[in-house]
Amino acid sequence: MAKKPKNKRRDFLQLSTVTLGAVGTAAFIWPFLKSMSPAEDTLAAGSTEVDISAIEEGQSITIKWRGKPVFIKKRTKDEIEAAKMVQAGDLRDPQDDADRVQKEEWLVLVGVCTHLGCVPLGQKVSDMKGEYDGWYCPCHGSHYDTSGRIRKGPAPKNLDVPPYTFLNDTTIKIG
Amino acid sequence: MDQNRKVHQFKNPVLNWIEFRLPIISYFKKEYGDYPMPKNCNYFWSFGALATITLVTMIVSGIFLAMNYTPHTDMAFDSVERIMRDVNYGWLMRYIHSNGAAFFFIIVYIHIVRAMYFGSYKYPRELNWILGVFIFLLMMATSFLGYTLPWGQMSYWGATVITNLFSAIPIIGEGLKTWLLGDYNVGNATLNRFFALHYVLPFVIFGVVGLHVAAVHVHGSNNPDGIDIKSKNDSVNFFPYMLIKDTIAMCAFGVAISAVIFFGPNLMAEVDNYIPADPLVTPAHIVPNWYLAPFYAILRAVPDKLGGVLLMFGAIVILFVLPWLDRSKVRSCNYRPIYKWFMMGFFVNFFVLGYVGMLPAEGLYLLIARVGLLYYFGFFFIITPFVGWIEKPNKLPLSISDVYSKNIAPNIGGGEKGVPSPAMQKDTNL
Repeated sequence: MAKKPKNKRRDFLQLSTVTLGAVGTAAFIWPFLKSMSPAEDTLAAGSTEVDISAIEEGQSITIKWRGKPVFIKKRTKDEIEAAKMVQAGDLRDPQDDADRVQKEEWLVLVGVCTHLGCVPLGQKVSDMKGEYDGWYCPCHGSHYDTSGRIRKGPAPKNLDVPPYTFLNDTTIKIG
Repeated sequence: MDQNRKVHQFKNPVLNWIEFRLPIISYFKKEYGDYPMPKNCNYFWSFGALATITLVTMIVSGIFLAMNYTPHTDMAFDSVERIMRDVNYGWLMRYIHSNGAAFFFIIVYIHIVRAMYFGSYKYPRELNWILGVFIFLLMMATSFLGYTLPWGQMSYWGATVITNLFSAIPIIGEGLKTWLLGDYNVGNATLNRFFALHYVLPFVIFGVVGLHVAAVHVHGSNNPDGIDIKSKNDSVNFFPYMLIKDTIAMCAFGVAISAVIFFGPNLMAEVDNYIPADPLVTPAHIVPNWYLAPFYAILRAVPDKLGGVLLMFGAIVILFVLPWLDRSKVRSCNYRPIYKWFMMGFFVNFFVLGYVGMLPAEGLYLLIARVGLLYYFGFFFIITPFVGWIEKPNKLPLSISDVYSKNIAPNIGGGEKGVPSPAMQKDTNL
């Protein structure tokens, strides 16, 4: 059925009105959606400097960085050996221990389980450390090794390593 | 406008004045006065009314709590304690609200059990069922948001775990989570928006409840025998019969909830939520509210993050399609000798899932959760369609009145839909 020119004109007007309306609505909604994203001051959350001179071998401290716990651990020789012995290829999230540390005795991790965001146990001497002697998440049973890599349980990824630099031998800047 | 439309005439001139301009009085008379209810409805049919009353109670107590609550990470916990200690009757408001939430779920679960057992979700009430599942979803979202507000340890870590579910979605997950939280972890931005949403969602629920009630009033309520009203003998007017019945149910409910509010207000609360939120320490054992525990058990039963999340949401979404999975024309399980037992098994299984959902996900509990998970989905995908196909239902009564008469005539219409025989139709039909 051939359309008359008059109908074509009406179709065009209808289509362009609807299109413009849709674009306008989307443009109106966008600021509202975007306002829910982290605000500028949240994004600007700075870095943290930590004095690590008092940490003994085998000891671990928890500091707060951008609202999250960060684990700083001075590993023992045995723990370093255990972490190095593992073949990266056998892991769920393959990564060599050397890629996760800058100085091998210092392990810096974001202490947030990659499963559903709980803080794993293992920071205190009395804590459960899991089957791989690293960290154990009590919420849903994820086991991490002495390099913070996921070895058993539902978590999909290794514990994150935050960006950090050694300012000198006794100070780490995180962020 | 149509000046000649028929206007209902009342004796009271004020009512006539209103009725002419807004026919709301005849509407209420029709929907809540003369509205026919099947006369065999038992007390299971009072739980819709109870749920409505509870919703109103939750909204009212919530508004008064909000007058004294401060949605800020530094002040939220203290403001709740101030409500408990210093605000006049603040403790009562809060205990009504926190226990009211638990009772709201008890009522709605019984309401759902009733709808499932007696086949209320079937033709022609499918949309009604869908609206109901939607209300259930909104309720779960609202209760989760509300649980965050006291800013105790369980509030904080519950919010952390649930919002992390979204990070399981490939590619967009992390970004979506950050957008929902307004921060990289649960923080002040999160608490603020959770408060805003917790305040507004109950009004959305109220709106959907309105649709839910309007929808059920189109075809009328189902009943324990799952057969339609065929004559005036089969029904009673809502007023006064069902209103009185619902009122008695409401009194019993009032006694039950008062007993908890006044004598065991923390029975259903988690001790850890009286410890202020600490982002650096996770409680040894994160427990969801008991009414969400069955779904939590499903989440933990799966050893894969994305799989667990998908099955957990799937466990709720599957409810939407129940009317199309069940092919049996017989509504009430009272007349379904095989499906009845699987249905009861489903309720028991749901209860067991809830129980293990509150225990650590290890060893035997994990095994039970996995068996429960299999039965949950097996019930919907295998048992329900299959049993509907092979089962021979019992003979249905010819009419609702017939249930009460001793001499039930042989069912000539066949065991399937209870079609009355011509002889009976003469008796019972208009």
